[in-house]
Amino acid sequence: MRDTIRFTLNGKPVSLETDPARKLLWALRTDLELTGTKYGCGEGLCGACTVIVDGQAIRSCQMDLASVQGRSVTTIEGLAADGALSPIQQAFLDHDGYQCGYCTPGQIMNAHALLLNHPKPTRAQIVEGMDGNLCRCGAYRHIVAAIEAAAGQGRQS
Amino acid sequence: MTGLARNTRLDRRGFVKALGGGVLVLVSAPGLGGPAWELEAQRRPYPSDINAYLHIAQDGQVTLFSGKIEMGQGIMTSLAQMAAEELGVDLDVMHVVMGDTASCPWDAGTWGSMSTRFFGPAVRAAAAQARLVLTDLAAEHLAVPRAALVVEKGVVYAKADRSRHVSYGELAQGQQITRTVGEKAVLRSVREFSVMGRSPKRLDGRDKVTGAAKYAGDMRLPGMLYARILRPPAHGATPKSIDTTAAAAMAGVTVVNQNGLVAALAADPELAARALDAVKADWDVPASTVDGDGIHAYLVNQAGEPETPVSEGDLAAGRSASARTFDVEYRTAYVAHAPVEPHTSLADVKDGKATVWASTQSPFGNQPQVARALGFQPENVRIITPYVGGGFGGKSAGLQSVEAARLSQIVGKPVMVDWTRADEFFNDTFGPAAVIRIASGVDAGGRIVFWDYQVYAAGGRGADVLYDIPNRRVRVYGGRDREHYHFFGTGPWRAPGANSNKFGYEQQVDAMARAAGVDPLAFRLANTKDPRAVAVLHAVARASHWTPQAAIRRDGRGRGLALGADAGAYVAHVADVVVDRATGAVKVEKIWCAQDMGIVVNPRGAEIQAEGGITMGLGACFSEEIQFQGGKIATKNFDTYGFTRMSWVPEIEITLVQNDKLDPQGGGEPGIINMGAVIANAIYDATGARMTRLPMTPERVLAEIRKV
Repeated sequence: MRDTIRFTLNGKPVSLETDPARKLLWALRTDLELTGTKYGCGEGLCGACTVIVDGQAIRSCQMDLASVQGRSVTTIEGLAADGALSPIQQAFLDHDGYQCGYCTPGQIMNAHALLLNHPKPTRAQIVEGMDGNLCRCGAYRHIVAAIEAAAGQGRQS
Repeated sequence: MTGLARNTRLDRRGFVKALGGGVLVLVSAPGLGGPAWELEAQRRPYPSDINAYLHIAQDGQVTLFSGKIEMGQGIMTSLAQMAAEELGVDLDVMHVVMGDTASCPWDAGTWGSMSTRFFGPAVRAAAAQARLVLTDLAAEHLAVPRAALVVEKGVVYAKADRSRHVSYGELAQGQQITRTVGEKAVLRSVREFSVMGRSPKRLDGRDKVTGAAKYAGDMRLPGMLYARILRPPAHGATPKSIDTTAAAAMAGVTVVNQNGLVAALAADPELAARALDAVKADWDVPASTVDGDGIHAYLVNQAGEPETPVSEGDLAAGRSASARTFDVEYRTAYVAHAPVEPHTSLADVKDGKATVWASTQSPFGNQPQVARALGFQPENVRIITPYVGGGFGGKSAGLQSVEAARLSQIVGKPVMVDWTRADEFFNDTFGPAAVIRIASGVDAGGRIVFWDYQVYAAGGRGADVLYDIPNRRVRVYGGRDREHYHFFGTGPWRAPGANSNKFGYEQQVDAMARAAGVDPLAFRLANTKDPRAVAVLHAVARASHWTPQAAIRRDGRGRGLALGADAGAYVAHVADVVVDRATGAVKVEKIWCAQDMGIVVNPRGAEIQAEGGITMGLGACFSEEIQFQGGKIATKNFDTYGFTRMSWVPEIEITLVQNDKLDPQGGGEPGIINMGAVIANAIYDATGARMTRLPMTPERVLAEIRKV
């Protein structure tokens, strides 16, 4: 039941002796004490737990540790290099792409992956790519503006 | 600069001492708390006469202590702006400590769009007073009379010789000054503002984009356990048998079964969840056939006697003076708050004291609740409120704090109670389903002369009469405090009552305008002389390029208008929609909102709050509806509770109507109140179908279109 799970987390190797059926979300939040990744629904319906695995946005509440073996995981804590905000973080800050902030790490990670795959996304691509990330406070228009700004095609929100 | 003070509990004297040197200003604004405040004053030795502390430290840093909490509405920033403005310092020296019962003054709770309206004046008064105290110290220090001094960015200069100056930090050196102030203080005028009336970066922004912002669920204590709690299959169900044997046999699992609280606890939350799954429980479930379709008749039947807040003129005379009368019933659904952060609390109960990190809108309400549950005195319970991941009125009851504290007391370890999404939907205090019955009449000249309004279950907020109607009555049945009325918990939901009342109210007005063959804007302007109502109507008409239109379009495209007032603000909305007559799907293309909220502390923050209300309101318009039968809640997650997604969001244009004669009013709620009516009025314009029931799902829209 226990296994050694090795993967790269925010650029550094990590190793966990644990049950490989556990979900990445809870391993991040408990064993690894990276609490930026949030629980929202536990069923992959809200996007609050979004992290990036090998360049793709995934719902960490749905991914078991066995599937993370040998892969590269980036969380919200891994975006700012040496304290400098990444362009997408800076854009969320500049464009008020948040209110309560709870869904924000998931929004930012999903947006970051979107930009990795579509460096110059159209408005329609942004909306399609972000539609599974819920924000109850209603910051959506500002999130769109932030993503457009980070892609270098922004207009004022 | 986070809201997380970690000092231990202190009484007022101890608190003042612990702050060390500097200038401390205590704000006392009587009447802020109302009756609850008076009660609290009798119960607690804690200084209940104080609403806020403001501390100027020897390094010039300024800290505001407030019992309010930050849940996304931006008051950490706007309260700091108000303090900085009156004190005469830059915003970047401001720190805000919020929602900690040990270091912040008592506060009734963060709701009702009251922070800026009622707490704001106290903060401004404190800061204005602090500025006087510091200027007097400077006068002494520089040997220049106060009148000959000027404050800029925390430095006091002699007007005649700017080389003579002293900073607030220097003045605070070696001082230990405590002043208490009332409400009276000369505040800066709008013309003088340099920090208020602007839109600086939010103080909580950096924490929130880096993942550093801590919420209750992010707190960690050595040895803490996560709890998963057994919920009955329905509200009102009682256990026949509960067997925890299998769960208790699992390695690393602690099981609790005491006085109705059944939980599995483990260091790993997933293990706790598996253990809870292994608990076998058998229940007696009360039978009920009442569901979302039957609830409205039920609520009317069970409502009891009404209150009558408005009764003027002669209803019978009004009815007979009417050229046309209208009798319409409007219905709304139970709606969930559904913050993305579920209710969460971490409790550490030991040595006769309890510390609880809680996701709550009411830390000072949670405190006595937890104390009662533990058998403690309130002063031995400390509630600390980190950032709150959305509230919308749903995070005032402290059930999860009580659960965490009880479990921690029982197991002797810190316990995290972080509700699952299913827990959240089961235990939420839903915005109530409601019925609004309106009989009204308009005379031959297009004047509303008769208005007999009855609301069931929503309460009276927003039921007041905004128009000049000579014969009018408002009756409120089964108000929000009525007990055993609903099958499950209900409570305030963003602009509670007002969003339901305006759904009926502003459709009724629209229906009368349409029947009278009068443009809806002209009809409203002809029926109200309230200058603030007129101002927002004109503003929204200008912004949306309103063109008068007596007849409805009926071509699948429609435009609606609605007017309301809430939390001291006036709002008017216009919406453009496109209705697909084949499917009943409604696409909202653009919403305009004009809002008069008095002096605007932070314009961008105000716009964002209005926009948030509009966005949330769209969900209630089109899809939000709790599925239930009796006390059984069928809605368990977001797949069956759809709220607004990015793809639903139209263009939104907010116009803040300048009204600098009025102190700042509420901003968190007014933006949502007209949403149901403005969309329904637009659908009517597009199709001729009157949508009297929320949510306006495609099936319901289609059904109404087919009746036309």
